Amino acid sequence: MLEGWFIVASSFAYIGLLFAIAWYADRRALAGRSIIANPWVYSLSLAVYATAWTFYGSVGRAATDGVGFLPIYIGPTLLLLVGWFVLRKMIRIARLTRTTSLADFVSSRYGNSALLGGLVTVIAVVGILPYISLQLKAVSTSFQVLLQYPQIVMPPPAGSLQVMQDTAFYVALFMALFAIAFGTRQLDAAERHEGMVAAVAFESLVKLVAFIAVGVYVTFFMYAGPGDIFTRAAGRPDLDVLLAPFGGAAGGYASWAWLTVLSMLAFVFLPRQFQVAVIEVTDERHLKRAAWAFPLYVLAINVFVLPIAFGGLLRFPEGGVDADTFVLTLPMAMHNEGLALFVFIGGLSAATGMVIVETIALSTMACNNLVMPILLRVRIFRLTEQRDISSLLLDIRRAAIVAIVMGGYFYYLLAGEAYALVSIGLISFAAVAQFAPAVIGGLYWKGGTARGALTGLTAGFVVWFYTLMLPAFAKSDWLAVELLERGPWGIELLKPTQLFGLAGLDATTHAMLWSMIFNVGAYVLVSMLGSQRAGEHAQATLFVDVFRQTGEPGSRWRGATSSSALQALVGRFLGPARAAELFAAYAKNRGVERIDELEGDRDLVRFAELQLAGTIGAASARTMVATVAQEEPLEIEQVMTIIDEASQLLAYSHRLEEKQAELESATRDLQGANERLKELDRLKDDFISTVTHELRTPLTSIRAFSEILHDTPDLDAAERQRFLGLVIKESERLTRLINQVLDLAKLESGLAEWRSEELDLREVVADAVSATSALFKAKGVALETRLVPSPLVLGDRDRLMQVLLNLLSNAVKFCTPGSGKVIVRLAGDGSTVRVEVADNGVGISPEHQNVIFEKFRQVGDPMTEKPAGTGLGLAICRRIVGHLGGRMGVQSEVGRGSVFYFILPVAAPGERLAVHG
Amino acid sequence: MIAEDESSILLSLEFLLRKAGFDTRVARDGEEALGVLTAFRPDVALLDVMLPRRSGLEVCRFIRAEPALAGMRILLLTAKGGRQDLQNGLAAGADEYLTKPFSTHELLERVKALAAGKGPA
Repeated sequence: MLEGWFIVASSFAYIGLLFAIAWYADRRALAGRSIIANPWVYSLSLAVYATAWTFYGSVGRAATDGVGFLPIYIGPTLLLLVGWFVLRKMIRIARLTRTTSLADFVSSRYGNSALLGGLVTVIAVVGILPYISLQLKAVSTSFQVLLQYPQIVMPPPAGSLQVMQDTAFYVALFMALFAIAFGTRQLDAAERHEGMVAAVAFESLVKLVAFIAVGVYVTFFMYAGPGDIFTRAAGRPDLDVLLAPFGGAAGGYASWAWLTVLSMLAFVFLPRQFQVAVIEVTDERHLKRAAWAFPLYVLAINVFVLPIAFGGLLRFPEGGVDADTFVLTLPMAMHNEGLALFVFIGGLSAATGMVIVETIALSTMACNNLVMPILLRVRIFRLTEQRDISSLLLDIRRAAIVAIVMGGYFYYLLAGEAYALVSIGLISFAAVAQFAPAVIGGLYWKGGTARGALTGLTAGFVVWFYTLMLPAFAKSDWLAVELLERGPWGIELLKPTQLFGLAGLDATTHAMLWSMIFNVGAYVLVSMLGSQRAGEHAQATLFVDVFRQTGEPGSRWRGATSSSALQALVGRFLGPARAAELFAAYAKNRGVERIDELEGDRDLVRFAELQLAGTIGAASARTMVATVAQEEPLEIEQVMTIIDEASQLLAYSHRLEEKQAELESATRDLQGANERLKELDRLKDDFISTVTHELRTPLTSIRAFSEILHDTPDLDAAERQRFLGLVIKESERLTRLINQVLDLAKLESGLAEWRSEELDLREVVADAVSATSALFKAKGVALETRLVPSPLVLGDRDRLMQVLLNLLSNAVKFCTPGSGKVIVRLAGDGSTVRVEVADNGVGISPEHQNVIFEKFRQVGDPMTEKPAGTGLGLAICRRIVGHLGGRMGVQSEVGRGSVFYFILPVAAPGERLAVHG
Repeated sequence: MIAEDESSILLSLEFLLRKAGFDTRVARDGEEALGVLTAFRPDVALLDVMLPRRSGLEVCRFIRAEPALAGMRILLLTAKGGRQDLQNGLAAGADEYLTKPFSTHELLERVKALAAGKGPA
């Protein structure tokens, strides 16, 4: 069953299964029922840490170094058990800042430094190439070994074949395609890949089961249990030394310690680990489960490493079989084809999982932190003007994936044979460990600056390259071996493997020591000597104090933009439809009905920036947002402008307050006017009603007597005469009333005709007195005049006569016949003339004094008859006096009599002189 | 009884009713009317609505509230002719309502009809 086609078909079937799982997980995620939102899935996805290196290489390392393979797993275990809070802090920050990759994270911490993001990307890509080559090597080697079944023959060394005939090349090609298919089907602002995580979790399970299957087979079926294997191994001196932890082949304490620290750092800073542990996590509480579940996984996958290694060494004592292949070759040697195929699938699974996650993480970094910042800055591409570049982003990522995998392949060609699997992996570990000072320092030390991080990273990377990469190339004959043996230009102190004379350490420990000294030293020193920019300081505080913060981090935005500009911008990267969706959701959140009602404020800018950050990285997002929302640094002039604007605003608000007060008073006036109008309306209705009543009363008498006279022809003459007299009297009353009503109406409407002449009021008063003297005599009321010579007034003689007659007839009406007395006085001062008519009649109570000048308000002695008159007289008088520029009033006391008076202004001096001169 | 403050109207009403054979008493305001009503206990009361001191409506209500005056017929006279005035009058307990100026014939017919229907109705 182990023909080539069958192995390939099985491989593709397995990959197909992974796709199916990914597809299902994506669909569940779309439906809102994520299957990866589960602490077990999270723990399993972390096991992407165990690659083909673990699967094949651990046994290989154990076969040469004994328990020396263990530190690589002790590191992550320790980190999860003891240092989980560091991860938790990173998860929290990544959530807040929408970090999409490690490069993004570092760039974000140091003030969105694009340069730093680019550097991290370069280090990560270069550093990971050996690791990817390791996977290619493992898959192609295992495939070739399996292909030779039933013989057990090691494959030819890397680079010895034409590329087109090289299995590793095709492995690389397919891996790249898988990664593209898994990771770049769509562009997601959150840069999360639920399907990928689900597939990785499944893959972790498969490789674990496959490895344990081999372990159980070797331990219990080939041999009689672990005791049997170790007893046999102890019997051979060359194998016995492998069992000693810190002595001999396993390396010293320093080596153990360094490897533990190294793998601890790698567990966090390998791009794929950062991806699954920090970016893809659905809930930071899952970390708690992973803290013990992942160590358990590590224990399970390592428990059979030594038995398999010893089993292999015992089974192939000649040394013709590479220990890295024991996992596969032992079942093959026992002709267990099914298990061999399962092991191959397990190894393929481990390698595929690693390559997919790693290349997706790296391609995101390369796209967001390397390619986009450059494309966006280079004007020729005019990216800032294109409407939708989301497909371009995907293409960049696809290209990046292919480039990275092919880079791994070329590293495999160049240096693949120089080291065993484990050593290749350690080179990558050492590379990503360079991120530790900048990241961990950035998490706990606010003083770390972008310049410090840049210098530290560069220094560490250079030392790493010099001490680990150069020797690898040299060993592969791509560089002169002299470099290693004598140092460059023969300077012994600069020997890459014994830098500054440091000897006696293995290559990795040596490289780690120097690179870390340079890295940390440069980071701390440069940070302390320099200072942070403002934006950098804000980010530093955000990162270090992330658990003290509430809500979204916010920078004070001092720019201005519109929601449509931001939406168009986001649309260019995520596609217009998706952008519209996002903005609509945001608007809904804000309680705003339509998107265009959104204000282009700080929050919206922040929102747009976050959406973009998911796609093109924080630094590029900041740059892009700045193209539509220009944020200006605060200059002193601007501060002055702001203060000035504030004071203008203050003045404006004062004016507004005044306006409001004016409005309120106008409103009050209007309300008053309205009330007055209503009152007038009511008064008019009352007037009409009263007039009607007053007209009907005399009409009633007239009609009644007329009918009596008509119906009673035999009425005696005296009675007839009396009734006719009443008819005449009531008719006169009716006429008078009608005249007065019309008169009043004329006065009120302003249609009355007025004559204006200079008058000596003494003459007018005298005329009025003589006109009423007969009435006074008839009533037995005394009439007296006291007229002082006074200035002339302007007025209408007839109207003033009307007033005086009215006052005189009123006075006589209310006087007691016989004892009644009326005095008319006239006096003037420089500017006015006053006329008063005083009687000693019944008087008017104070409350009535106010109303007698109103229409139809008569005051009579309640005990006697109704007062004669229409009730319009005084109302008309007051109107007349008012029209002439004077005023009219009354002073009275009940029982003592009343004084009615009016005051008129004197005529202009010139006119008066003319009359007298 | 005739209660009316306008002397000429009062005179005409008194003349008309006496000529028609009624025994009449007059009052010139509401207070006086109450006195006349209790003393004279007429079959029919003619009340001007706009009486001084006590309005015709008050007098009307007094009559209806006084058991001793039960069955008395009331004719209200008013110079106000609105629908609301009519309702106020009827609500106060009046039997008939005449608006000034009225026809003397109609007045006599009404008074005669009221006098004929006197008693517990």
